[in-house]
This record gives sequence, structure tokens and C-alpha cells, in this order.
Amino acid sequence: MAPLRVAGLRKRYGAHDVIAGIGFELARGECFGLLGPNGAGKTTTLRCVLGLTQPLAGEITLAGLPVPQQARAARARVGVVPQTDNLDPDFSVAENLLVYGRYFGLPERTIRSRIPELLEFAGLGARAQTSIRELSGGMKRRLTLARALINEPELLVLDEPTTGLDPQARHLIWERLKGLPQRGVTVLLTTHFMDEAERLCHRLAILDGGRIVAQGAPHELIEAHIEPQVVEVYGENAANWAGTHAAGYAARFEVSGETAYCYVSQAEPLLAHLTRQVGLRYLHRPANLEDVFLKLTGRELRE
Amino acid sequence: MSSGKIHPTRDAGGAPVREDSFRFPRLSLRFVPVWRRNFLVWRKLAIPSILGNLADPMIYMLGLGYGLGRLLPEVGGASYIVFLSAGTVCFSTMNAATFEALYSAFSRMQVQRTWDAILNTPIALDDLVLAELVWAASKSFLSGIAILAVIWALGLSSSALSLWVLPLIFLVGLAFAGLGLMVTTLAPSYDFFMYYFTLFITPMTLLSGVFFPIEQLPAAFQALAQVLPLAHAVELARPLLLGHAPDAVFVHVAVLAGYLVVAYPVALALARRRLLQ
Repeated sequence: MAPLRVAGLRKRYGAHDVIAGIGFELARGECFGLLGPNGAGKTTTLRCVLGLTQPLAGEITLAGLPVPQQARAARARVGVVPQTDNLDPDFSVAENLLVYGRYFGLPERTIRSRIPELLEFAGLGARAQTSIRELSGGMKRRLTLARALINEPELLVLDEPTTGLDPQARHLIWERLKGLPQRGVTVLLTTHFMDEAERLCHRLAILDGGRIVAQGAPHELIEAHIEPQVVEVYGENAANWAGTHAAGYAARFEVSGETAYCYVSQAEPLLAHLTRQVGLRYLHRPANLEDVFLKLTGRELRE
Repeated sequence: MSSGKIHPTRDAGGAPVREDSFRFPRLSLRFVPVWRRNFLVWRKLAIPSILGNLADPMIYMLGLGYGLGRLLPEVGGASYIVFLSAGTVCFSTMNAATFEALYSAFSRMQVQRTWDAILNTPIALDDLVLAELVWAASKSFLSGIAILAVIWALGLSSSALSLWVLPLIFLVGLAFAGLGLMVTTLAPSYDFFMYYFTLFITPMTLLSGVFFPIEQLPAAFQALAQVLPLAHAVELARPLLLGHAPDAVFVHVAVLAGYLVVAYPVALALARRRLLQ
């Protein structure tokens, strides 16, 4: 039984389809990412999956149970790391885990026996009695992650787990998340960080305007949707240059401000040409998930 | 389950569910862990909390009771401070429940996002709102007991009947917690609560026989007092503290219980509309 299966999911606010019919299925022990710009429907999808809001249509099976009909029983087997921290500021680190464990109806003894290991996992082993108010942003996130594991969930749901963290704190969270599949925990996360998705997700779905516009492993998506190499050309007259020359060297190109993005299968002829140009700088790199994402969802701001 | 089939969401009984539909609350003991969470927070601040809840009403009761009381003959068949003590118990129980259900619950719902964290667990909104209701009543119960203890210690009431005030103030706490939670689940911000105090709590206090007998009011206001929960609470507490059985016990209890059984489902429906859309 898949830890999560979603089919034909639709959700409407007013006349607006926030989710316009999406489906995906998670395999046990994999990390699955929902990727999309702001307003793509990522958080709404998670709320539907957890039974916190009624979809207009669709079928959701979470931990083997139909949602929202048996959402409560399903949530007992799921851990959630929300987008904004909502730890209890009046409690110590350990009290936060204890009180949260009680919400699952777990016996006091069971919760207390799990706390030391979870604090160790979160790198907070020496801080059991510390007040939440004294923790850094990264520590709070790690504690929220530990809190989500108090019920030993089959599925861990994370909504933008590293938004607002510095690089050191992000890497530490990633390292912890990477260890979860080995413990048999399946992970569903939303993010708009491509590096995060590429590093963590075995498979992902790119969401835009409430629809899944692409789905697959990161490298598959890159192979399927984009030329393998990218040459970024910078300079005041990059746009002019692109207008006259780019089409001759690149299968596809885009201009954004003073940068021209050239997508190519063979970069050598373009690079040879560029070395002869005055006033242009360039960067040659392999195509990545961000290129796929921008190709599929466009470069306009989502505000 | 057939795969890929799209059908409207249905509840456990198979009936289609409308998002904004009112449905009867599902009561369960799962509210207890949430109640314990609030209790654990309170325990850390218990002494200042009790003193804070006690000091203000005591100052009014003793100040007005002894100060103003010297100017007055008997009020309602007793000295003014004895008269005032029954009003003070009900008034401060109401206030304690109201403050908890407004400001503290709003903090947990909107500011700290404690409710969001809880709703991600097997606890449903029905349990959560019930926990807030019972918690606010519990806290106001403690506040009422503290006042009652002072009343007993000062010898203002010595009848065994006054023990019936204990279940009464718990009911008063539940009724006002329910009303307060309705306001909280509607409130865009803390400022909104000012309307509730100015338009409801404060006028009600003056119309409910807390400081002076209702009979002093014009007839229209006396009639209005018949629907105010605080007036019914005072109508029960005053004879109990004086040592005789109240009249029309059933009516007074029914009005207080009526506020509770209407307010809780309404607060829950409002909370559902606010949080589960």
C-alpha cells in the first residue's frame, strides 16, 4: 500500500481553481517533492492530504485510509513540519515533544522514552531543558522536525522546510532528511528551492496554476524538458547580441534583463564565438532543475 | 476503491459534505491532552495568575463593600458587602473565563499558531474548541474559588448551601467561555474584543444585580436582565451565599446551560469556517 495516493484532486476558492485536477503516488521510503512558484497550490494540496480542508473532488488515500473520511486516524500515522514554526514558546525543548506526543494519545512512558533519541537526532541533545525562546531559527526547525517524528510516522510531510534558514542550517536539515528513507519513513515536501529538490527528492512534481506540468526524477525531467547545456551570456549589449547571433548557435534562448540564456546540445561553437566578442562575459554550465522549472512555469514574478 | 475515479467528497455516512456546513459537534475525551497543555502553561505562572485574578475583584468588593456599605442600610436583606460578595464571585468568574477565551485563546489560535500545530495531529477541531472551553471554565473556576475562600474566611457566608456555588461557577465559566470563543473565532485582531466588552460585558454587569438589586432598574431594563446570563448566575449565587435555597433554580440553570449549548457549536462552526477552508 502506497503511503499516499492522490487522484483527480480539485479545490476551488470562490471561482478560482487552486488545484485543478492533480494526481500522484508515493512509494514507500522515497522522498517526493511538490515544486512550484508561490500560489501554485502546494500548501493547499498538503492541507487536502491531511484532511484539513475539503476538496471539491478527488480521491486521497493516506496511510491506507481514505481522506477526509478517516483523516483523524490517518494523521495518527503522519508527521507534519509546517511552513511557519509553531512550537510552544512557554515550554522547554523536551516539554514541546512531550505535550505534542500526548496529542497522539501515546502513553507517557512511550513518549518519554523517545525524547532523548529524537533530541539527539535534532542535534539538541544538550538542550532538553532550554526554553524555546533561546533557540536559533535552525534549532527551532530541527526541533519541529523531531516533534513531527514523535509518533514514528510512516509519512513525513514538510511544507517548505528550509525557508528562512541560513546555508549552514539548511545543510543540517537536509542531512537529517536524507537519513529518513533508510528508517523506512516516506517524505513528502514542498519547496521552491531547486537545489533542495534536486538534492533530496527521488521524484518530484512541478506544480503551476493548480496543475502538475511535469513529474519524474530530477535527472529525467532535465533530460526530457531541456537541452543538456546552458551558456549564460552577460553584458550591457547581451540582449542585442542575442537578437542577432543567439539563434545561430543555440537551440533555444531567452533574454532576461542583461542576461541571455542559451540552451545548447553542443556548446563549443557558441563558446568559440563568444571568446571573440568584446564586452560580453559568459558562464557555461550543465542544465539543472531550475532551467526546467523556469521553462515550464515562466520567468514572470508570482506575487 | 477504484483508482482515478473522481467523485464528490463524502463524509463517513456517505452524505456529501458542504465546506461551510454546520454539523453537530463530536464530543470525545481527546480534548484532555489539549486541556493538559494549557494547564501546564498555567502551572508555570500559577501564583501571579491567581493573585492577579484575585486582587482586582477583592479591591472592589472590600472597597465598595465596606466603604460604600457604611452609607447604606441593608441591601436585599443583608449588609452591602454580603450582598456584593455574591455579585463579585459571579462577576470575576465571568471575567476570568472571558479573558481566557478571548485573549489567551486568540494568542493560541492566531499568534502562536498552537491550534495549527494541534490540528496536524489526530485531534480534531471539535476536541480543540472543547478543550479551550473546558480550560477557560477551569481557570475561571479557580478564580471563583479564590474569591469564595476569601468570602468564607471573612465570615461573609457561613452556610453549607454556599458549597453549591462551586458547581454554579463552573457552569458560569462554561457559558462565558462559550460566548468568548464565539467572539474569538470571529475576531480579526485583539482590538475586536473591545466591542465585546463595551457592548456586552460592561452593560450586562450593571444590569445583572452585581452591585445593586435589579429592582432598582427601570422596568424595561429589568425585563432585559431576564435574558442575561450573569443576572441568572447572581440570582442563584446570592441566596446560596446567604444560606437559603434560590427560587426557580431550574430556570436559572437552564438559561446558563442554554448559552453553553448554543455557544459551543456556534464557536466551533465559526472556527471551522476560519481554519478549515
